Amino acid sequence: MLGKIKKYRASYLMVAPFFLLFVIFTVVPVFIAIFYSFSSYNVMQPPRFFDLQNFFKNYLDLFLGDEVFIITVKNTFLFAVITGPISYAACLLIAWFVNDLSPRMRAAATLLFYAPSLSANVFFIWKFIFSSDSNGLLNSFLTRLGFTNEPILWLSDTRYTLLVVIIVQLWMSLGTSFLAFIAGLQGVDRNLFEAGAIDGVKNRWQELYHITLPSMKEQLLFGAVMQITGAFAVGGISAELVGRPSPLYSAHTIIMHMEDYALAPRFEMGYACAIAVVLFTVTLGANQLIKYFLQRES
Amino acid sequence: MKKFFHFGNRVGARATRSTIGNGFVVFILGILGLFMATPMVYTINVAFKPVGELLKFPPDFFVQNPTLDNFANLSNAVSNSVVPFSRYLANSLFISIIGTAGNVLLSSLAAYPLAKHKFPGRNFIFSLIVLSLMFSPVVLSVPRYLEMSAFGWLDSYYAIVVPMLVTSLGLYLMKQFMEQINDAILEAARIDGAGELATWWYVVMPAVKPAYLTLILFAFKDIWNDSGSVSLYITTESQKTLPLALMTIMQGGLPRLGSTSVVGFLMMIPPILTFFITQSNVIETMKSSGMKD
Repeated sequence: MLGKIKKYRASYLMVAPFFLLFVIFTVVPVFIAIFYSFSSYNVMQPPRFFDLQNFFKNYLDLFLGDEVFIITVKNTFLFAVITGPISYAACLLIAWFVNDLSPRMRAAATLLFYAPSLSANVFFIWKFIFSSDSNGLLNSFLTRLGFTNEPILWLSDTRYTLLVVIIVQLWMSLGTSFLAFIAGLQGVDRNLFEAGAIDGVKNRWQELYHITLPSMKEQLLFGAVMQITGAFAVGGISAELVGRPSPLYSAHTIIMHMEDYALAPRFEMGYACAIAVVLFTVTLGANQLIKYFLQRES
Repeated sequence: MKKFFHFGNRVGARATRSTIGNGFVVFILGILGLFMATPMVYTINVAFKPVGELLKFPPDFFVQNPTLDNFANLSNAVSNSVVPFSRYLANSLFISIIGTAGNVLLSSLAAYPLAKHKFPGRNFIFSLIVLSLMFSPVVLSVPRYLEMSAFGWLDSYYAIVVPMLVTSLGLYLMKQFMEQINDAILEAARIDGAGELATWWYVVMPAVKPAYLTLILFAFKDIWNDSGSVSLYITTESQKTLPLALMTIMQGGLPRLGSTSVVGFLMMIPPILTFFITQSNVIETMKSSGMKD
């Protein structure tokens, strides 16, 4: 074993810079979060760890005593359950449609659909599109068409805030998975289509179901992981669009709740770490669940 | 209509592609494309609107009398801060270029042995990295903040750039792509007496051009667009970046919409241009992005 390690000395040295930083900034933080989640820690004073009777105090407080947390859990799951599958299906459907275009059109369409992910900061313009005063683009458009007489308060009416964030989130969600699907579709063996046509595949939907999807399973799993991870991390966009906190916490997410406790004036790092641990577990769990189901299918 | 579709030499392709179906595809792509394009097109139009059109009610979608006033007024728009607009631009370029270069170098340096050497522990290391694809780094922002504060990196670019040097996605894509390299050419380099570092630089890197261009795109767009970590760690105004300048200007509301849109427009250009140039390489790289287990 030692001889083997010596033999591969160069390999270890080459992996070392990346792996060391990876451990420091991705692995260690997981343990730091777990560690401090059993304490009350305000950064100025050393952390006070809970004694055994109270060991899970932060977690019990979260689930039993924190109404806002329950709202953020509900919102985060709503985001994940709505934007996750819709954006996944949209990535796949659009990639599939785009793949039927001629090479030049395909390149142009890929650029168009990927552009919002590339220029994430342009989402500010949605704030002016949805603007609640009658100067908002959407409101003036709806008024002109006669759908409404009064401006709709898209960004402050609790009936719409979550919807607005979901729409903008969907707009930005044709990202890495979309590219992976386009690549996966191009990688499908052409001979399979010919064989399929001879075997009686009649239309594009049958072709998709019987030939295309089964040949790009690995991309489908990769895409699922990317979309789920993104769907659970919604926060910044909601804060920018409908405020921190949004009216009645209608679009408040777990990430935002965590930041609320970590940042000034609260500095309740122990509590924030407990929230981080919960979100970490949920995201990882959801990914493993999807992975399990996608692999059982095959 | 036909020239928009590619049927290639696929026998039977015509059988599975009805004209009505093709029309449906174009229709759906058109509607969704419109939804995707509207905010970007609106931003560009607003960026060129004169003041009168900005405050006009009801607002026009398209600019009537385009002007460069908003570009010229950028310095006024940030006048409430002591920092000139060019400083934000320079800061953004600085961290984006350093971070992207470091990200691509560290990822490909580590990906090569992970893809091609059978050293003990490589499966463990790689499965850790795949596992980390399954949660967003944002989840770890609180413990990371505690680390940065312990390192004395608050209000320093180290806190922004160093974590960006090691993105799991970059390493994952690079490693998957490197697996396709023919072992024979690596063996040939070894027989010629090249060390592993020389093999990596002179043999492997030229062979993975699509992958490193992809990593350049992903790293660049992530750092260039980052607002979360800059707003968390950087407190000195003269060290802030374009996304923060955009937020500051945006707080001016409707009267500042023109300047905000100019910044949004300027920020769109570099990542979109990079993708425009690298697109075929990116798609090539993503072909090997599949997750095997």
